[in-house]
Amino acid sequence: MALLQISEPGQSPQPHQRKFAVGIDLGTTNSLVATVRSGSEVILPDEQGRELLPSVVHYSAEGVSCIGYEALEHNSSDPLNTLSSVKRLLGRGVDDIKTLGNTLPYEFSSDDGGMPKINTAYGPVSPIQVSAEILRKLSSRAEFSLGSMLDGAVITVPAYFDDAQRQATKDAATLAGIKVLRLLNEPTAAAIAYGLDEKAQSGEIHQRTIAVYDLGGGTFDVSILRLSKGVFEVLATGGDSALGGDDFDHAIANWLRVELGMGDKLDVVEQRILLEAAKAAKEELTDHEKIQLDILDASLTLTREKMHKLIDALIDTTLTACKRSLRDAGVESSMIDDVVLVGGSTRMPRVAAKVSELFGRQPKCTIDPDLVVAMGAAKQADVLIGNKSADDMLLLDVIPLSLGIETMGGLTEKIIHRNTTIPVAKAQEFTTFKDGQTAMSIHVIQGDRELVSDCRSLARFELRGIPPMVAGSAKIQVSYQVDADGLLSVSAREISSGVESRIEVKPSYGLTDNEITQMLQDSFANARDDMRLRALREQQVEADRMLEDLQAAIEKDGKSLLDNSELQCLQIALAELHQLRNQTEDHRQLSAQIEAVGKVSEEFAARRMDASIKQALAGLSLDDALK
Amino acid sequence: MNNSKNFFEIFSLPVGWELDVDQLGLRFRALQKTFHPDRFANKNDFEKRLAVQAAANFNQAYETIKNPLSRAQYLLELEGFAANQESHITADGHFLMDQMLLREALSEIKDSADPKQSLASLSIEAQQTAMEIQAEFARQYQLKAYDDAFGTLAKMQFAVKFVNDIVEFEAELEDL
Repeated sequence: MALLQISEPGQSPQPHQRKFAVGIDLGTTNSLVATVRSGSEVILPDEQGRELLPSVVHYSAEGVSCIGYEALEHNSSDPLNTLSSVKRLLGRGVDDIKTLGNTLPYEFSSDDGGMPKINTAYGPVSPIQVSAEILRKLSSRAEFSLGSMLDGAVITVPAYFDDAQRQATKDAATLAGIKVLRLLNEPTAAAIAYGLDEKAQSGEIHQRTIAVYDLGGGTFDVSILRLSKGVFEVLATGGDSALGGDDFDHAIANWLRVELGMGDKLDVVEQRILLEAAKAAKEELTDHEKIQLDILDASLTLTREKMHKLIDALIDTTLTACKRSLRDAGVESSMIDDVVLVGGSTRMPRVAAKVSELFGRQPKCTIDPDLVVAMGAAKQADVLIGNKSADDMLLLDVIPLSLGIETMGGLTEKIIHRNTTIPVAKAQEFTTFKDGQTAMSIHVIQGDRELVSDCRSLARFELRGIPPMVAGSAKIQVSYQVDADGLLSVSAREISSGVESRIEVKPSYGLTDNEITQMLQDSFANARDDMRLRALREQQVEADRMLEDLQAAIEKDGKSLLDNSELQCLQIALAELHQLRNQTEDHRQLSAQIEAVGKVSEEFAARRMDASIKQALAGLSLDDALK
Repeated sequence: MNNSKNFFEIFSLPVGWELDVDQLGLRFRALQKTFHPDRFANKNDFEKRLAVQAAANFNQAYETIKNPLSRAQYLLELEGFAANQESHITADGHFLMDQMLLREALSEIKDSADPKQSLASLSIEAQQTAMEIQAEFARQYQLKAYDDAFGTLAKMQFAVKFVNDIVEFEAELEDL
């Protein structure tokens, strides 16, 4: 029997071997990595015991010279080569950068794809590459600390990140050689870190409604969640992916500039000096009513009251987003059981006070607001990798911004509405408006405004090969699918004629698969690693997974769901895959065989799914419900 | 998965207007606990793809039958009506006249002395109308008078849109 060979020792991974998974909080200002150790989550510090890694990368002519605290030291002396807050640039186009204005003191160049690159001594680098450097640093920290290779990571993103920003984050992880188990929304991660603890402390909780207010360095999120028996259901999410504590610094720095009688045009060094002074002032005013600032041969006084005047409008913007999310969730602020504060900027007493005023209750901050996201991510990673029984936790998250398509007159038509639970797939039909029209251009957009120009453009593509017909008689079906990471794929086809013209797109501003491959290749060029070996290894892991999964499925359901010839057919395909897995060195050949086994097992998978649906609903009889 | 099941059958619930929403939620969560892609993070890509499709299908089924307007649309689709069109027109002149008056009232609220108060009472009126229309639909659907129910569906769309517009307007007032 071929199947028996598959489970020979040493040939496939031991099913009960513990796997190493981490949660990574890739922040605007600081990043962290955490894991679950003997049942509780811990932040993994660097060799000097420091938990935070400043999200700063310094470049020299030879390449990356240092990352984190060491890079931070170059901030004032070499500002153009010291890249910080690049999260604000992830997934953004050149035009977006212009609207971010002079808040980012770098020199930009753009490549053909419209993706901005920052000019450094090493040459132009993309925000994705810089983020990949930070991720790589964290993953090697984790591997050093755990003494093992990582099997996967959960990476957190602001809930309000749009598709391009999510895709850019995932690309950065791919570039860093990290297997992404899931992109997880930051407020949801925080709720996980809090929610399960409470369950353990107070026994069974029936249902709680939680508001998570997450104000980081460069992003703001609010999420309203309902927690019931281990199910985290996000009801609504909102925010601003370009608003954070950095903006408070800029508001204060701008005041300093005016007070010091400096003009509009500051050089990069002056900008950095003012920003650093503003940041320090903001932090000192947490504990003091009034401070003295000695800056550029001048001395200034800043009171807490004055600072509040400078930043209150920004805080109020976040409160408006909170109200909107409450409305979207269909929840009154009085129905909120817990308010959770996340992100370093919530340390400001003014922020905490205004938030507690809005929700009418004292916020929770028993877990360090800088660490809580990474800890929640670690918990989720532990579940996803299979170390922990998944029975007691399920996460139902939503898409933050509506996804739509451009229609006549530059208007948006929504296909998937904001706050729809993901994953989700929706299709809509469109038609031609001219006789004999053979192509249709499709513009994919994200946002909630009426006009296309006010929304984010994700992709443009053309469906060609529509057979000529009278206007209005072609049926073009456009399908949007959003996966559990919140990532979109779009396809379009003409369905009335039976001639299928199909196209799949990945949104713009990200990297194409080819670019990622090229960058990976470049980064391995001088290393011992070989791109081809890596691809082969990936396919081998996938083959092992497939063999293991299908073997287990056959053992369990093969007899009841398949007849003899079907079973035989499947076993032959598996045996072939097993043989190829151990013989071939061509990753494409292996990948094709995996695909083939997938096809053969399709019907089996469908029957197993139907059986599991029956089983999942078996305990819930209608009679019980009516009692 | 068997795609021939309708959205009610997916949850093993009877097709109909009357729906036990708690029971639906319970069944939805039971299915998601089994099929959510998070359960397949460690499986092969093929099963992952199936899980995404299944979970997306459950989400769509759940949303469609949970919400009264989309449930009404879907019930008539099952009876062969093209009910999924955004706006078909009702021929009931009285109803249209009432709607126009309500819309006028909404647009005049901006200039009223206490917009929030006036909006609140208009909101109650609009919700009452929506409930009455739903009850009308329920009766007609029960009697299998699907053509009549189809006409009522158009009214339901009007009423729901109006309620939503009021909420949107309330939001604008609050944001000011």
